[in-house]
Amino acid sequence: MERSYQEINARIKSGKVVVLTAEEFIDLVKEKGLTRAAAEVDVVTTGTFAPMCSSGVFLNFGHSAPRIKMQKVWLNNVPAYAGLAAVDAYLGATELPENDPLNTSYPGEFRYGGGHVIEDLVAGRPVKLRAVAYGTDCYPRREIETYITLQDINEAILFNPRNAYQNYNCAVNLSNRTLYTYMGVLKPNLGNANYSTSGQLSPLLKDPYFKTIGIGTRIFLGGGIGYVAWHGTQHFPSMQTDGTGKELGPAGGTLAVIGDLKQMSPRWLVGTSFLGYGATLTVGIGVPIPILNEEVARYAAAADEDLYAPIVDYGEAYPNRKPGNLGYVSYAQLKSGKIVVLGKEVPTAPLSSYPRAREIAGILKEWIKKGDFLLTEPVQLLPSPQEKRKANVLEVRKEG
Amino acid sequence: MSPRKIVLRFGPEISDKPIIYRLVKDYDLVINILKANVNPQKEGIMVLEITGEKYEEGLKYLREQGVAVQALTREVVRNEERCTMCGACTVLCPTGALYIERPGMEVRFESDNCVVCQLCVKVCPVRAMEVKL
Ligand code: SF4
Ligand code: SF4
Repeated sequence: MERSYQEINARIKSGKVVVLTAEEFIDLVKEKGLTRAAAEVDVVTTGTFAPMCSSGVFLNFGHSAPRIKMQKVWLNNVPAYAGLAAVDAYLGATELPENDPLNTSYPGEFRYGGGHVIEDLVAGRPVKLRAVAYGTDCYPRREIETYITLQDINEAILFNPRNAYQNYNCAVNLSNRTLYTYMGVLKPNLGNANYSTSGQLSPLLKDPYFKTIGIGTRIFLGGGIGYVAWHGTQHFPSMQTDGTGKELGPAGGTLAVIGDLKQMSPRWLVGTSFLGYGATLTVGIGVPIPILNEEVARYAAAADEDLYAPIVDYGEAYPNRKPGNLGYVSYAQLKSGKIVVLGKEVPTAPLSSYPRAREIAGILKEWIKKGDFLLTEPVQLLPSPQEKRKANVLEVRKEG
Repeated sequence: MSPRKIVLRFGPEISDKPIIYRLVKDYDLVINILKANVNPQKEGIMVLEITGEKYEEGLKYLREQGVAVQALTREVVRNEERCTMCGACTVLCPTGALYIERPGMEVRFESDNCVVCQLCVKVCPVRAMEVKL
């Protein structure tokens, strides 16, 4: 069985396309077997809704009279990077106001940061813009203070260099003090285990060898339409295996994504604060997987019991970059609410919203069925596990 | 006199003492235990509804025993619009008032089980849990 992008799009246009969410497709494969399910279904939709720190937005504010170069820019007091052409800036999700108490009164609250500004913008709320510059003959103004809204400015382009992590650590704490991490609050002595993917609904867990996802793939991004721009930073995909060579699902892939903030929604881009860690943005992403052949279908049908997360200690191992883990645990086990780590029963909690991931997969399915959303054939597929991309580490050197 | 709601928090050295019995016997209080929860480290939380003339004396007795007593005048509510149903709070809520309903993984809030410890207010990443006076 082979199916092309052209055939799928022709079926979308004629209203005959068969689209299922990843959850529905898993059920269909269990019921009818892989071959029949792959023959019947054209597209499987996925979804994830989780904090994604490597997110941000390129903004162009338009020119004031007289003009200003905008060398330094603040939005609601949060600095944005303005080392670009006049009136362009990039606001990152984890940026904090310069007067934020940070972790001086530990654990810090990080109530408002770049992610919150992005949410305010996308919700249409006015945001205070302040900028300073040295004067030039062409840009004489040295200071400006005004209010902007998403509607007033020229461009707001969400560009997230590392999103949609294929898989992620299940974080535990072997130390005897409470930890405040980007994986949430971890109680001492294996008090809890936090995880953060939508498992069987998660986009990159369903295409481990990057047979369909690549540059130009059209996606659901923040409630609007976006695109895969590149592989994400730290894209080091691999297939996890146990001692016997059994596949435990993939890990390590990431996406860089881009889209027009003006058509997105605050339901799918939410300013987020991690106690003792920092501010970030919760992002909704959904990727359609065209069922090009049975192999693509087989991976798209991977269920929570086939996909595993490594258990990692954030007390000692993670902060000191010590390799290894405390074993693997399936998403079915994680979602049951309890896992066993080093012989101890540990309650689990997700940081990634499974109900919202399901909602995204459902919305994307409806868009495709209604004919509003055609699939794009990637200009170039993303690096697959076969390329064996490996992480470099940062050495501390005395001289260059 | 209408019943008053209080939260008691106590350490392991108290969980074996018959404090409720004393409240009834020595202070003539009518007590309705709304919620009782003792963790494996033997620290406990109890929510009571109390009626009786010697209410203040009863509370004084509890404090003398080393029990932290707090009137339940505040309430924690969930902003349903804002809650993303991530589930991060569920493993920290001491009474299970916030919990995940399986297999759908929806996060539910049973406010009757809430003892207003406000832990979720601090840890909810999107600030969906709010204190109401
Ligand atoms: S942590 Fe906050 S957003 Fe997440 S489920 Fe709990 S109340 Fe909702
Ligand atoms: S305040 Fe929050 S954490 Fe505390 S009992 Fe109520 S719901 Fe649970």
